[in-house]
Amino acid sequence: MATLVQRSPEVEAEEVNYLNVEHGWKSWLLTTDHKRIAVLYLISITLMFFVGGLMAVLFRINLLEPEGLFSAETYNRLFSMHGIVMVFFFLVPSIPATLANFLIPIMVGAKDLAFPRVNLLSWYIYIAGAALTLYAVARGGVDTGWTFYAPYSSTYSNSYVLAAAFGVFTAGFSSILTGLNFIVTVHKMRAPGMTWSRLPLFVWSNYATGLIQVLGTPVLAITLLLLAFERIAHVGIFDPNIGGDPILFQHLFWFYSHPAVYIMILPGMGVISEIVSCFSRKRVFGYNFVAFSSMAIAVLSFVVWGHHMFLTGESMYTGLAFSILSFMVAVPSAIKVFNWTATMYKGSVSFDTPMLYAFGFIGLFTIGGLTGLHLATLGTDIATHGTYFVVAHFHYVMVGGMVMAFMGGLHFWWPKITGRMYPEAWSKFAALIVFIGFNLTFFPQFILGYLGMPRRYHAYPPEFQALNVLSTAGASILGIGYVIPMVYFIWSLRAGPKAGPNPWGAAGLEWQIQSPPTTFNFDETPVVTEEAYNYGPLEEIVG
Amino acid sequence: MADTLVPAGEDAAVKEKHLRHHFATAEQQMDAATLGMWTFLITEVLFFGGMFASYAVYRNIYLDAFASTSQYMNVVLGGTNTAVLICSSLTMALAVRAAQLSNRKHLTLFLILTMIFGTVFLVIKGFEYHSKWVEGLVPGIHWSGYLEHPEFAHHAQILFSLYFYMTGMHALHMVVGLGLLSYLLIQARRNIFKATYFAPVEMIGLYWHFVDIVWIFLFPLLYLIGHRR
Repeated sequence: MATLVQRSPEVEAEEVNYLNVEHGWKSWLLTTDHKRIAVLYLISITLMFFVGGLMAVLFRINLLEPEGLFSAETYNRLFSMHGIVMVFFFLVPSIPATLANFLIPIMVGAKDLAFPRVNLLSWYIYIAGAALTLYAVARGGVDTGWTFYAPYSSTYSNSYVLAAAFGVFTAGFSSILTGLNFIVTVHKMRAPGMTWSRLPLFVWSNYATGLIQVLGTPVLAITLLLLAFERIAHVGIFDPNIGGDPILFQHLFWFYSHPAVYIMILPGMGVISEIVSCFSRKRVFGYNFVAFSSMAIAVLSFVVWGHHMFLTGESMYTGLAFSILSFMVAVPSAIKVFNWTATMYKGSVSFDTPMLYAFGFIGLFTIGGLTGLHLATLGTDIATHGTYFVVAHFHYVMVGGMVMAFMGGLHFWWPKITGRMYPEAWSKFAALIVFIGFNLTFFPQFILGYLGMPRRYHAYPPEFQALNVLSTAGASILGIGYVIPMVYFIWSLRAGPKAGPNPWGAAGLEWQIQSPPTTFNFDETPVVTEEAYNYGPLEEIVG
Repeated sequence: MADTLVPAGEDAAVKEKHLRHHFATAEQQMDAATLGMWTFLITEVLFFGGMFASYAVYRNIYLDAFASTSQYMNVVLGGTNTAVLICSSLTMALAVRAAQLSNRKHLTLFLILTMIFGTVFLVIKGFEYHSKWVEGLVPGIHWSGYLEHPEFAHHAQILFSLYFYMTGMHALHMVVGLGLLSYLLIQARRNIFKATYFAPVEMIGLYWHFVDIVWIFLFPLLYLIGHRR
């Protein structure tokens, strides 16, 4: 009898946390706990990441041969759906909806986001948008590019534009609600003593992201709606037959979609600030500059959209103004890179996996950012705008930047989210594979663009084949680099060693509570008495 | 305000009942709701902003066509609707005040009046849409192309497209607003709102005023272009 009642010491030691407090699918689908919603988002966006990735694999295979292996039509649909799925359903929600959803309430010392039910609603809206878009994919996708330019998407549309556009329209509202929740939470839910200048930089960068989401996304929504009306009624304000201007569509689209690339990079910058500080054991150099550079990016991002349109009928003076402004938006990004580097200077740098991703981010983002300046320059842009140079630049920032930061952040906070450690050796190996695969994929595309290979074509002159084969080879390595963490993360859920509350010896409120946290994060509201990143030397080093 | 007739103990109980678990105080909850609503309204401004920007561009390019075509708008009905909406804003503001004073009777009355004004607006709008359909002034779907100035036949379609997009989107917001008001009415009948708890009335009131203000801009921009001196 005694053996039946007796439980193993390990089970007895299991604390109540947000993961085991309730069981069953209902407790997940009806949860208002920001941490559970973050996990729901994490599963959903990972799925979409692999859908978008699959398309990338397919069109990279197509580009192995100069004449292309698929038809032009199939190729157009593959790269369009890759862009739509990756941008709107992975990159935009990536860090905000997962890591920031999980961490912002904890970092500011709150029990939850300001509007927990709105937070759950945003996930359902995301799922509805994703379902519409996946329906469009299943029916054959769209061939307009991810930008839905009229009249490809209106008068001359021959694919499932409506379903895809409504999918993106819908997902936009989930993004708006997430941003709104963050803004209100940061303003109104901070614990006593958590002043603005004590906020972790991750919170600052997600606050700036929230501003862009709230101000930019509605413009995309109305633009896509106008496009849908035009498609349905066969006449509308972008229709040149009645004097309408398709270029107006581009202006409205980029008014959102340029700021949107900062939605996709700012949260990553926040992650890097946290990681660099923790693994250098130092306060982030120039905290105020890093915090305000996030705000500067948020503001400037709204006045640079015209640099996407240097070649589409903009006046010379408009082009000039947008060019200068685009140079200006590079300044706050450069401030961040300099300050991260200065943070590491004379710090006690250690090379744990999150830090490896942070190194990757800083290097690759710098390359991506500097090549952005080539594209902001009027003369250079004319030669490179239609080429693979743009593709390489964009992916250096988005994949080399944001995805690296997402992976780094996921490794950094994985012990907090799940309570378990991942295998250190495998994760370092995977980080290396990702870095090598990424550069092999996209560096050749810089050269291809420089040599004049146009983007968005399924075929190319034979002299470009060698570099294209390199790029495809790199893409396969990169793919493996993403699958390995999938495997060991899932493995670590059951078999990973227990992490304890603070495996990194990191500062910040999230490391002072148990891993995984309880449903309400804190037993009693914390009182903050010190600045962020108050790092001393590691205990094991001191004694 | 000291108008509350509720004893202090009950006061605290009402606050306690509506305080959600993650807020420390009722004031914090109210602050968060207010900021959240204003932020939401800013997104709405940007949402309509896309259409207003398009309007500004085309009006600038095709001013003559817009001025000439604007005469097909029914200024009397549009003007009546403007007055109706301003009245509804007043009754909405009075409803919020009634809630703040724990005056259930007045709250119910003013909510019903607001809903009546809102419905009248939509009915008049419906008549306007109907006459546009009869006259064949619906671009793409039912466009007769008959205009007093045929040289503007193309650009007139842009104005009418914008007219239907903008007023249609506004009407949709009115319908949502009426739904929210019905919800308030049911809650008010259950005597939920007191001087200590009236956040939903105030928040939905903000939304209602926003929708009214959009119309205040739509009316002159769409109906009165040709009436310049």
